[in-house]
Amino acid sequence: MNKYLEIDHVSITFPTDNGPLNVLDGVNLKLDQGEFVTLIGHSGCGKSTVLNIVAGLLQASEGGVVLEAKEVNEPGPDRAVVFQHHSLMPWLSVYDNVRLAVDQVFKKTKSKQERHQWTLHNLELVHMEHALERKPDEISGGMKQRVGIARALAMEPKVLLMDEPFGALDSLTRTHMQDSLMEIQARLKNTVIMITHDVDEAVLLSDRIIMMTNGPSAKVGEILDIDLPRPRDRLALAENPTYNHYRAEVVRFLHERHLQKGLDQNDSSNEKEQAMPRDISDNEPHEPPVRLAS
Amino acid sequence: MNQLTTPAPTFFSERLSQLASALNPQKLLKMTIIPFVAILMFLLLWSAGASQVQTSLGVFPGPAKVWQQTQSLWQEHQAERVKEVAFYERLQKRIDKAVAAGKPEQKIERLRNRQYTGKETFIDQVLTSLITVATGFLLASLFAIPLGIIIGMNHTIYSAFNPIIQLLKPVSPLAWLPLVTMVVSAVYVSADPMFSKSFLTSAITVTLCCLWPTIINTAVGVAGVDKDLLNVSRVLRLGWFTKTVKIVLPSSIPMMFTGLRLSLSIGWMVLIAAEMLAQNPGLGKFVWDEFQNGSSNSLARIMVAVIAIGFIGFLLDRGMLSLQKIVSWDKNAILR
Repeated sequence: MNKYLEIDHVSITFPTDNGPLNVLDGVNLKLDQGEFVTLIGHSGCGKSTVLNIVAGLLQASEGGVVLEAKEVNEPGPDRAVVFQHHSLMPWLSVYDNVRLAVDQVFKKTKSKQERHQWTLHNLELVHMEHALERKPDEISGGMKQRVGIARALAMEPKVLLMDEPFGALDSLTRTHMQDSLMEIQARLKNTVIMITHDVDEAVLLSDRIIMMTNGPSAKVGEILDIDLPRPRDRLALAENPTYNHYRAEVVRFLHERHLQKGLDQNDSSNEKEQAMPRDISDNEPHEPPVRLAS
Repeated sequence: MNQLTTPAPTFFSERLSQLASALNPQKLLKMTIIPFVAILMFLLLWSAGASQVQTSLGVFPGPAKVWQQTQSLWQEHQAERVKEVAFYERLQKRIDKAVAAGKPEQKIERLRNRQYTGKETFIDQVLTSLITVATGFLLASLFAIPLGIIIGMNHTIYSAFNPIIQLLKPVSPLAWLPLVTMVVSAVYVSADPMFSKSFLTSAITVTLCCLWPTIINTAVGVAGVDKDLLNVSRVLRLGWFTKTVKIVLPSSIPMMFTGLRLSLSIGWMVLIAAEMLAQNPGLGKFVWDEFQNGSSNSLARIMVAVIAIGFIGFLLDRGMLSLQKIVSWDKNAILR
């Protein structure tokens, strides 16, 4: 049976000055409609590359992305992106930033009045209705990211792609944003792929956590189903043993990768360094994951 | 959407607090007294230094002599205006008389078309210079901005144009001038010319030197549009035109204005040299004529022109700066 969104054996190789660099090697992932999935992994493992391929901003060298039984290979508003650095037009007000997207996506299907209402509606959704005429320079980082989310939601995307949306925020603001996102997700039931570095964020928000192996030639390492009832409350979950178990699983995975990364680096950068005991054979620097993806 | 514009009371209170901070004694000292003292010292040094320099036209003019010549230039200007008014009054009388005498229509028409041909005053020359530089600058901007946008948007076009621009950019206006003069004389042939040739030659020379900073800075601005913003436009599937108008142009405006400001200040400098050689009746010609004239007042009069050139150049730059501040979205950028 076809899933809502399929990332099918996606590989990508970039030409570099030192020869071709294989960043992703056969990434496979299937999503149900309304599912919230996070990608987690060490820096440089190609998480953003996966997201950009789904968005159509990058083209896979092999394999492809299928959304609702149709292959997608160019960007479009049905796969809206929330970028790490808000990427609002600094010369447009909060309202105009969202309105630009609304006008473009609904120029034929909605009247002017409807587009105005729809813009306001989406800004209310992220609690930004008080700052419509402010410029991005005049609002805080968290508020900018809220507007970025409103702009993405206003496109009525089939899949919402978020590239470390809260990575640049302080932890208190991040907490607020996560709660807001959960609230919005409960109402709209969007299909979301989100990249994060934050283990707590991943466990709190996701239905599934996709843990990626280290690059180059990264692939899906493990997939962790988060079977926690919604709505989730971060305070209650802090004491919850299941939550802590999931958390520990992710941390364990990342820690193992981290150790392996250290070995890999020694392997490639310093051939003479033999002091460190190793239980991974030199022929197989990329240890196969402990539990393979289902 | 307008209900959220800043209400008037806050606006006034902001202005008031701005005024209050401007009147803060320490700021007042920095903003007025220090520059005043510096100018005073400059004048003293100038005065002392000038009296030591003996030229064939007498002692190099000090501030007092220059001030005296400034006044005399102003008086000459007013005297000329009085003469002009008197001329047109006399002319009107002659026309009335001719009409009363029933002279043929042709003859009356010829009288009506008669223009005052008195000597141009310093003020007239300043105006001519301003009109010439404005023409040259606008003409340059008209070409340079679209060209800069095209060059900035496409890497192939950029590599095609870049060597040509880099080659032509450092060319001195004095090298262009003879070529421009010859081309204008050959191409602009008309029985009843709307512009004088000297005006066209000067304006086109200004254009040739004004083009480059605007082209280069516009291209750099356009090429430097934030990648994320371009990705937003790809996700939204903005058309080429919408993308240019809504994203590329606004984000390159600060750089574009940097280029325009550079162009205008270069244009103003170039103009003086061009007018000297092309004999366009502007400030350049004034300086040249005074130099050739060689009276005991000439150096002081040239000095008046030097100060006027500097002051007008400063005002032009400030004008562009205020324009840049109005249109630029980047209110945090420090512009000076």
